[in-house]
Amino acid sequence: MAKLKSFFRILFVRAEYAFDMAFGQKCNPLSWLGSLGWYFFWIVAGTGVYLYIFFDTGITDAYASVEYITNDQWYAAGVMRSLHRYASDALVIVVVVHLLREFSLDRLRGKRFFAWLTGVPALFFIYLCGISGYWLVWDELAQFIAIATTEWLDALPFFAEPIANNFLNSTTLGGRFFTLMVFIHIFAPLFMLLLMWIHIQRHARARVNPPRPLAIGTAITLIVLSLLHPAVSQGPADLDAVPTELAFDWFYLAAYPLLDMIPGGQLWLVIVGGLAVLALFPWLPPQKPAPAAVVSLDNCNGCARCFDDCPFGAISMVRRSDGKGYETEAAVSLEHCLSCGLCVGACPTSTPFRRATEIVPGIELPEYPITGLRESTIAASSQFGEGPRVLVYTCEYSGADKLRNEGAQVITMPCIAMLPPSFIDFTLSRNLADGVVLAGCAEGDCYYRLGGHWTLQRLNGERDPYLRKRVDRNRVCFMRTRPGSGKQRQAEFADFAATLADLPPASHKKSRDE
Amino acid sequence: MNRFGRLFLQAISYAAFAMTVGYFASMPAYRYADAGAASVKISLSHAADKVAPCVQLTQEEIAEFAANMRRTETCERQRLPLFFEFDVDGARVLTIEAPPSGIWGDGPSSIYERINLDPGRHRITVRLRDTARTEGWDYVKSEEVVLEAARYFTITFKEATGGFNYR
Repeated sequence: MAKLKSFFRILFVRAEYAFDMAFGQKCNPLSWLGSLGWYFFWIVAGTGVYLYIFFDTGITDAYASVEYITNDQWYAAGVMRSLHRYASDALVIVVVVHLLREFSLDRLRGKRFFAWLTGVPALFFIYLCGISGYWLVWDELAQFIAIATTEWLDALPFFAEPIANNFLNSTTLGGRFFTLMVFIHIFAPLFMLLLMWIHIQRHARARVNPPRPLAIGTAITLIVLSLLHPAVSQGPADLDAVPTELAFDWFYLAAYPLLDMIPGGQLWLVIVGGLAVLALFPWLPPQKPAPAAVVSLDNCNGCARCFDDCPFGAISMVRRSDGKGYETEAAVSLEHCLSCGLCVGACPTSTPFRRATEIVPGIELPEYPITGLRESTIAASSQFGEGPRVLVYTCEYSGADKLRNEGAQVITMPCIAMLPPSFIDFTLSRNLADGVVLAGCAEGDCYYRLGGHWTLQRLNGERDPYLRKRVDRNRVCFMRTRPGSGKQRQAEFADFAATLADLPPASHKKSRDE
Repeated sequence: MNRFGRLFLQAISYAAFAMTVGYFASMPAYRYADAGAASVKISLSHAADKVAPCVQLTQEEIAEFAANMRRTETCERQRLPLFFEFDVDGARVLTIEAPPSGIWGDGPSSIYERINLDPGRHRITVRLRDTARTEGWDYVKSEEVVLEAARYFTITFKEATGGFNYR
């Protein structure tokens, strides 16, 4: 399993770098696969509603109505039909790549199991929606799907009589089963939407819309494809004839040719068994979770900044339990907390300037105490060699720990947003370094979802806790990087080091807290 | 990278995406493995006899039931399996024993098969046994038919219309 993950990780690191070159970090499609899935879903839903206006749901008239949509009204409904099909296919692509990428990033393990587990049944619904849609055209492909699907379903021991009998020959064809498919094609997407909503329930501020440039570019791509290569029907269904050659949508129908080779029952076993194993991936093998964040009530005033910043909804504000004069206190859900430390960075009591021997903030990670971070910062300052002294705070996933090779001192933490902005002030005002680099994951692709976003807002004074105005911004660099972007990172670091070298010596003011 | 270069790479990425979607949405064509064959579909759903005939109850036995539950005979629920044979030009192609459906085995037995045969003239014989007899058949049909390539030939069964039907 680990080797498989590494293999995909290597592929994705290269692909991420290539897409960064084309789209920039902010619009890198690989960072927005889930949102693109939502986007394609809405395109399919919107075009589906339009097509339904012209679609005749009777089995004898369905084909003619789709022909009208495709040929007579090619400029509107025809394009909608093509968009409907191609957005459905694009949905399969982004969902599969999304699944593989989350797997490669290990963002399915431990407490992150929920999104993975709820995503697996969504796969089933995607296929139910797609296959039932092809059925409705009632052309030769639809006939093939109808017969193959019903024969495949008959391999299951659920039906007293073979449902394939509905499509035995042209005399047995009835509209009742066809009407059922129309209902399935309408209601399956609604269930899928419900599953998609559940899928993101453990994500605070879930991203369901891709950035506008990516949305526009993708929409234009699909429209151009629809105009150049419109989706068309095949010959009308004839239940007395065997369809021998079919233009095939391999995104949805790839399993069907397998029915020519292996019995339907075995194929069910492979697919259902495969999905069951896929659903178990978060626990293969079981992982010991990192200890969750801990609230210190003596230092918590119930300000709710940790509650606002938690990307996984792991913190709730509850009624005060210690009799102090504050209304609420933070409470951490052990089931939801991923130990990212964003709450620590948000807590106004997480400051290295405090005079107490042991600094205990309102909330902190047992494995990464603020006292330890302060000691690491002070210790790092004595390790610098020649040239500008640059202290790099970085997360575990950006790859910026390699800046050690450039002469920087590096302190690593789970997420860059765990670093309270006061540490930058502390480092510079105490002359512990000439400059500070905060290196987080690529833009829009934070391992803990919102870390980079919150860090930037804190540095820009848009989000509490702010970086103090007295801090010389020329001595602070916020770098968003990926493991595969080594050269860019080195260049950015070299630019920053050169800037520091040109700056006059810093004046070191003491904080009021000192 | 400058803006032009970036836009160029984006255009290539979008084009590659469109080509992937457009191509695999309809190509390569799927060719049915046995396209030159005629396809024979056999479909029947029929309830065989009960495993044992109903037994007439005596007056004493009837009297043992509650007044609103009295009946004159008692019957086994379970049905016999169907025995089916399918021959082509005198050669046995299929032999099926189809069990009754339902948890109690009291429902109809169903058979659904799709078999590919060489096109041309063939003598097709089907036999069905739906009773407790151990020899012989309750329904038999044997007829010379012409099978066409890439066309379905269906064999159905309806007791009410006398048994097997070829189409």
